[in-house]
Amino acid sequence: MTAESVLKSPKNLKRRKIMNSVMISLCIAAGFITIVPLIYIFFYTTQSGISSLNLDFFTQLPKPVGEEGGGMANAIVGSLILITIGGIIGIPVGVLSGIYISEYSKNVLSTIVKFITDILSGVPSIIIGIFAYGVIVIPMQRFSALAGGFALGILMIPTVAKITEEMLRLVPQSLREASLALGVSRWKTTLRVVLTTASSGIVTGILLAIARAAGETAPLLFTSFGNVYWQTNIDEPMAALPLQIFTYAISPFDDWHRQAWAGAFVLIFLVFIVNLLVRFVTRNKFSGNL
Amino acid sequence: MEESRIEIKSKKKLGDILFENLTLIFALMIVGLVVFISIEMYIDSAESRERFGLGFIFSSNWDPVKEEFGALPFIFGTIVSSLLALLISLPVSIGAAVFLSEIVHKSVRTPISFLIEILAAIPSIIYGFWGIFVFAPFMRNTVQPILQSTLGFLPFFKGTMYGTGLLTAGIILAIMITPIISAITRDVLKAIPVSQREAAYALGATKWEAIKMALLNARSGILGGAVLGLGRAIGETMAVTMVIGNKAQIMASLFEPAYSMASVIANEFAEASGSLHVSSLIEVGFILFGVTFIINSLARLLIYSVTRKA
Amino acid sequence: MTEETEEIEDKEEIEISEESDKESKIAIQTIDLSVYFDERKGIENINMKVRKNRVTAIIGPSGCGKSTFLRSLNLMHDMTPKARVFGEIFIHGENITNYNSVDMRKKVGMVFQKPNPFPTMSVYDNVIAGLKLNGMTKKSILDEIVEKNLKHSGLWEEVKDRLKSPAVSLSGGQQQRLCIARTISVNPEIILMDEPTSALDPISTSKIEELIFNLKSDYTIVIVTHNMQQAARVSDQTAFFYLGNLIEFSKTRRMFTNPKEKLTEEYVTGKFG
Ligand SMILES: Nc1ncnc2c1ncn2[C@@H]1O[C@H](COP(=O)(O)OP(=O)(O)OP(=O)(O)O)[C@@H](O)[C@H]1O
Ligand SMILES: [Mg+2]
Repeated sequence: MTAESVLKSPKNLKRRKIMNSVMISLCIAAGFITIVPLIYIFFYTTQSGISSLNLDFFTQLPKPVGEEGGGMANAIVGSLILITIGGIIGIPVGVLSGIYISEYSKNVLSTIVKFITDILSGVPSIIIGIFAYGVIVIPMQRFSALAGGFALGILMIPTVAKITEEMLRLVPQSLREASLALGVSRWKTTLRVVLTTASSGIVTGILLAIARAAGETAPLLFTSFGNVYWQTNIDEPMAALPLQIFTYAISPFDDWHRQAWAGAFVLIFLVFIVNLLVRFVTRNKFSGNL
Repeated sequence: MEESRIEIKSKKKLGDILFENLTLIFALMIVGLVVFISIEMYIDSAESRERFGLGFIFSSNWDPVKEEFGALPFIFGTIVSSLLALLISLPVSIGAAVFLSEIVHKSVRTPISFLIEILAAIPSIIYGFWGIFVFAPFMRNTVQPILQSTLGFLPFFKGTMYGTGLLTAGIILAIMITPIISAITRDVLKAIPVSQREAAYALGATKWEAIKMALLNARSGILGGAVLGLGRAIGETMAVTMVIGNKAQIMASLFEPAYSMASVIANEFAEASGSLHVSSLIEVGFILFGVTFIINSLARLLIYSVTRKA
Repeated sequence: MTEETEEIEDKEEIEISEESDKESKIAIQTIDLSVYFDERKGIENINMKVRKNRVTAIIGPSGCGKSTFLRSLNLMHDMTPKARVFGEIFIHGENITNYNSVDMRKKVGMVFQKPNPFPTMSVYDNVIAGLKLNGMTKKSILDEIVEKNLKHSGLWEEVKDRLKSPAVSLSGGQQQRLCIARTISVNPEIILMDEPTSALDPISTSKIEELIFNLKSDYTIVIVTHNMQQAARVSDQTAFFYLGNLIEFSKTRRMFTNPKEKLTEEYVTGKFG
C-alpha cells in the first residue's frame, strides 16, 4: 500500500478525516441495511403466522378449493416422513465422510473430498430434485416421498459432513493420543472417544441440516410432488409443509394465504430454535475445558 | 537419510483398516454423487442437445406446444437478476462486515452476528412469500415510481410497474445473499493479521485507512465470498420464482417480468408434456449445474487462498 | 530397594553402556533410532538401553528431541503423518515391529504434558477407560480396579466421594494423577511420561514426584523433564539430548556431579539451555 506517501502530506489531513467519518458512517449504514430487511421478514412472518395459527392447522387436512378452514396436518406429517428418509440417507454419509476428512486427512484424496463437499453444498437444490427425479421417479414411474426424501438426504450431506469435520477438529489431539496410549485401537478411539467428545456439536449440526432440509421446496416439486390427502406410504406422492406453503402462497384465496403464513411461521420457528441450540452448544464447546 | 535403514511402521489392526476404508467409501460417495449427477443430467438432456445443439443457448423461443426450445431468456433472467443482486449486495456486505468486525463493540457483535446467522437460514420459500405480499407491492407503489420519475430516461426504468420483475427479484436475492457474503468477508478479515492494522495506525492512518488496507489485503477472499454469493443467487429457485414474473422475454427494463433457469424448471418440470420438453428442461438444469459448479470452484479456491495462509 | 538390585546398580556404575547387562534387565533398547519430520531431523541414531524398574530421565534444551524420542517408544508418531521412524526398538527383548501397536501400547503406557482426562467421562470412567473401551464391563472388577489404582496414584482420599463427577472438574494436579491412574489401570510394564509436571504447581509436582517414586517398584518409567532438579530427584539414570542426538547417558548421580561430556556439564550447570 501507499499508505506512507499519503500520510506524508499534512494538507490532506482534513480531507482524510472527513473521508474517514463518511466511510465509517457508510459501514454503519450497511450494517443496518443488512439487518433491517431480515428482521422485518422475520417479524412479519411471525406476526402473520401466529395470528393465523390454530389447532386446525395441526390437525386438519386441507379443504377443497373454495371452502374455508382446514389445516396442514398431512403436510406436517409428510415433512416429518421426508426428513426422516433424508436423515437416514444424509446423516450416515455426512458423519462418516466428515470423519474421513477430519481423521484420515493425510493425502490429496481428503482435500478432494473436502472440496467436492463444498461444491455439493453449492449445487442448487432444484438440480438435486432433477437428479432424484431421474434416479427414483423415472424407474418407479411415479412421484414418491422416497424420491423427495432422497433429494433432501443429498442436500443434508454437505452440511452434516462439514459440521462433523469441524467439530472433530475441535477435539484436542491429546485425547486421541491418550486413548491410543491406553491400547485402544484407532477406530474405537475415533468412535468412542473423539466422536463422543464432539457429539453434542455434531448433533446440533445435524439438527441444523434438518431444519434447512425442512424448508426446502424446490427439490420436492417433482419428487414428493405434494398431496392433499393423507398419505404415509413412502412410494406414493406425499404432502410437505413447504410445498403446501408454496401452493397456498401463489393461490388467489385469502384463507389459503393465512394458512401459508401459519406454515411459514412454523418453519421459521424451527429454524430459530435449532440455531439457538447450535449457538448454545458451540459456544460451550469453545469455552469448555477441552 | 539413508535409504538402507529399516523404517519402523506399526502394523494396523484389521478393525482399523476396515473402519478407515468404510469412512473412505462414504467420503468417495460424495465425489461419486457429484460425478453421477453430472452424468445423469448429461445423458437425460441428450434429446434436447441433439435436437437443438448450441442453438439452444442462443434461441429465445420457448414454446412447449410447438416443441421449440431455446434457453436464452432464462439465461438472461438468471444472469441479470444475479448480477443485480451482487451489485447491490457486495458494497452492503463489505460495509456490514467492516461494521461488525471493526467498528461495533464486541458485546454487540456476537448477538448481531447470531441474528444474521439465523436470518440467513430462513427458507427461501419464505423470502418469496414475503416478496409477493410485502415487497412487490412496496416496489410497485413506492420504489418504482420514484425510480421512474428520477431515472426514467434510462431504458432500465421504463415501462409498466408491475411490482414483480427483474429488479424485485434482484433485490430479494441481494437480501438473501448479503448474510453469506458478509460472513465470508468477516472470516477473511479475521485471517488478516492484526499487526498490519496496528502498523497502519502507528503511521498515523485513520481508522478507515487502516480498514481499507485490511480490505485490500483480503481482496481475493472477499472476491471469493462475492463469487460464492453469486453462485447462490444463480441457483436460488423459490424466491425468484415467486417474484420474477415468470415471463420468458428479454427486455431492457428492469421493471419487466422475466424468467430464470431455476424458475422454469420449478414451474414446468412436473407438468412437462413430452420427452423433448423434459429433456430441454434438464438441459437448462445441466447448464445451471455447470455454471454453479464452475462458480463455486472458483469461489472456494479464492477463499482457501486467503484463509489457508492464516 | 532390595539388596539384589542395589548390587546390579553398583556393577553398572563402573560402566553403564557395557554389554554385560543381562538382557532380562533391559526394558527398552533402541538401536540407531532416528525420526524425521518430512526431511527435518527430529532425532538421529539414538542407541539407548532403559533398565527395568528404574526411572530414566531425559533432559535437554527445548526442541532437542526429547518428546520425539519418547513418542517413538510407543509408536505415537503414527498420529503424525509426516513423521518417519527408522532403526530398531526392542521392548523387553522383543522387536517392536513384532507386536501390533495396540497390544504394544497396553504394555507401554504414556502420560502427557498437559493433563488430558476424557472430558465426557466421570472420574470413575476415566480410570477404567482403557479397560472399558476394550470391552471390559464387569462392575465388581471395575470397582476394585478404580479403587486400587486411585489409591496407588494417591488420589483416592481426594476423590472417593466424587467418583461420578466429571473428570474435568478436578484440579490440574488431580487430573494429572487421574491420568496416571488411568495409565496404570491397563497394567502396563513401562510408563512414558512427557513433562508430566510442567503444567502444575509445586505442590502437585511434589505429589507426582512422590508417586513416581512409589511406582518404580512395579513399573519402568521414562520421564522427560525440563527441570534438572526434578531429574536429579526422581531418576536413577539420565539421558542428555542435544540437537537430536544423545550426548550422554549415565547414572543420574554421575551426570549431575561428574559428567563425561563438556556439553552436559555446561547444560547441567545452567550455562545454556
Ligand atoms: N509434528 C512435528 N512436525 C514437524 N516437526 C516436529 C514435529 N514434532 C517435533 N518436531 C521437531 O522435532 C524437533 C524435536 O522436537 P521435540 O518436540 O521432540 O522437542 P522437545 O525436546 O520435546 O522440546 P520441548 O522441551 O520444547 O518439549 C524440533 O526441532 C521440532 O521442531
Ligand atoms: Mg517436548
